[in-house]
Amino acid sequence: MSGSGQDQAPAPARGEERIVIDPVTRIEGHARITVTVDGNGAVTGARFHVTQFRGFERICLGRPMHEMPAIMARICGICPVSHIVASSKACDEIMAVAPPPAAVQLRRVINLAQVVQSHALSFFHLSSPDLLLGFDAPAGDRNLFGVAAAEPWLARDGIALRRFGQTIIETLGGRRIHPGWVVPGGVGRPLEHDQRNAILAAVPEALAAARRGLRWYREQLDRFSEEVESFGTTPMLSMGLVHDDGTVAYSDGDLRVVDGAGTVVADGIDPRTYHEHIGERARPDTYLKATYWKPLGHPDGLYRVGPLARLNVADRLGTPEADDRLGEYRERLGRTPQSPFHYHEARLIEILHGITMIGEILADPAVLDPHVRAGAAVNRNEGVGVAEAPRGTLFHHYRVDDDGLVEWVNLVIATGHNSEAMDRAVAEAAARHVRADRLTEGMLNRVEAAIRCFDPCLSCSTHALGEMPLVIELRDAAGVLLDRAARP
Amino acid sequence: MSVHTFTLDGQPVAGAAGETILEVATEQGVSIPTLCHLDGLSSVGACRLCVVEVAGRPRPQPACITPVEEGMEVVTRSEELDEWRATVVEMLFVERNHICSICVANGDCELQDLAVDLGVDHFELPAMSPRLEIDSSHRLFAIDHNRCVLCTRCVRVCDEIEGAHTWDVMGRGIDARVVSDLGTPWGASPTCTSCGKCVQVCPTGALFEKGRAVGEGAKERRPFLPYLRRHGAGTR
Repeated sequence: MSGSGQDQAPAPARGEERIVIDPVTRIEGHARITVTVDGNGAVTGARFHVTQFRGFERICLGRPMHEMPAIMARICGICPVSHIVASSKACDEIMAVAPPPAAVQLRRVINLAQVVQSHALSFFHLSSPDLLLGFDAPAGDRNLFGVAAAEPWLARDGIALRRFGQTIIETLGGRRIHPGWVVPGGVGRPLEHDQRNAILAAVPEALAAARRGLRWYREQLDRFSEEVESFGTTPMLSMGLVHDDGTVAYSDGDLRVVDGAGTVVADGIDPRTYHEHIGERARPDTYLKATYWKPLGHPDGLYRVGPLARLNVADRLGTPEADDRLGEYRERLGRTPQSPFHYHEARLIEILHGITMIGEILADPAVLDPHVRAGAAVNRNEGVGVAEAPRGTLFHHYRVDDDGLVEWVNLVIATGHNSEAMDRAVAEAAARHVRADRLTEGMLNRVEAAIRCFDPCLSCSTHALGEMPLVIELRDAAGVLLDRAARP
Repeated sequence: MSVHTFTLDGQPVAGAAGETILEVATEQGVSIPTLCHLDGLSSVGACRLCVVEVAGRPRPQPACITPVEEGMEVVTRSEELDEWRATVVEMLFVERNHICSICVANGDCELQDLAVDLGVDHFELPAMSPRLEIDSSHRLFAIDHNRCVLCTRCVRVCDEIEGAHTWDVMGRGIDARVVSDLGTPWGASPTCTSCGKCVQVCPTGALFEKGRAVGEGAKERRPFLPYLRRHGAGTR
């Protein structure tokens, strides 16, 4: 994530103009979109720029290995748990220990809880306003408050699902954000009987909310056929973790890659060998590193990760109800849907699966085993940890000296994998929806919405909704203002 | 044994000759913030957190090393003292890198507790952000100089209780560092007995047990060997 990017888009060619969407709203982090248009007002290209430099690969050099999960958690306030899990797994490797079985299961539970809460945030808080109120609705209404006014149950369910996940994270980890409980070698404290019962008691209500959300989304889908077809449908590879039995994996498993037609390109890849299979590129106009599947090279090896990709690579989810919904999804959309718009539905199916899995794992009394941590000194100088973050596959790769001090770090983050797929989605959405000679805010909202499908995490915590003004200015190559659209 | 009578925050109190203001205040149930002081070790008056006002003296006096005197008037709480103490804590924070959220001592740190008690919730002074090293060469323990407040509890406990005298202070002023065996890496120290007392008395996360994750550095801070204490031993 420390690509040597800079915060400048290439200058427009002669006769071209540029529309800048800055900042992109209702995503996690800070970004800008540049849309280039020709002299006739037709879109010739679009790019997605991440404008923040974080530098975590440098910050932690020299620090003791056991601090790494806590440092890495600070990358993000939305999905810190995935960073903590991946980081602790990298440290497990360095210590050459296998965490006790109860710890493995508890790490799964907390990571699934985060998938549920983060997906709920993405769908209900950030994207449902567009789906409920329409892409052209007044910008001031397109937020959770607008949803609450129009369909109170939808907003309530979103809040309840997020609370379900956050409460589990707090119960296990001691706090909702940046819990320090997942540690090298396992977890910090065993699960108490009462805690387990409290979580299990909340499962049925959460399942009901997940079902309502999915049913509602499916009823809306027909209204958005134009967006479904224009949000970056270029066939691409999908990558994700799967268990040996072909079910979707979040905290363990091996890498599988399938192509746009559903053919398995690679399977059973030990994620610790990611660097042999995944190439990384720094690009001049964004701080986001981009990746590609090495055996196919760039750009043929571009791939997506996250909910859409996970459902594409997995044979099944592994819980009956979610698998039924997955079957219906595939029946309607094909075995490996390619439109990023379907990230929304994949996300809702994953919420259903995640809640069910949490219930299944905690139903086994073995999770109460007090033996939850393995201890050791440095036994290897290098370790790779991997987890599925809500947004996709996450790699943490560390090298340490013999005393356990960090010497080198490489992070490959979900949004980096999706970087070029997002560029293509932006370009396609802009080409379809933006006309520079009659610019409307709704047109640009569609371009932003293409990005929101991916739920990119730009390594940061959330925005305060409704407080970020958006001004879009259309200027010609000489900088003369041609048109202006403002969001209140 | 002669006894001195004096006033503490306006209340008449008595203390034995040789007792410090801090000792008498503690006996009287009056709380004075401390950092470098630890019961059972000698006192050095290094941190200046325990300063009190003594009538007739131009500057605040460190309670841990100021012996009581007949008729003195001591004030332990005032707006000015609160401000001085808060400034001391703020300066300790900005001098090195105290990032609680990723610290092994988070939730069990005397510097953090002092900041909370004294209302230090932000810094007005610019942070110096030095790049200081971590010596992780010892098999069991490590020292992160970024978190050291130079209280010298480790130096004193190693010398006075364990009798090993592994630790000393090297350098002056802003360059002062706690060092093991004149600068030998801790892991190569010929004198260290690996008893861990220095780790236990460290008020921050500077000295810690390896393998502890963030917030797991809770320490055993019971006073050392109380039978070694005697009136007058508080000052050197």
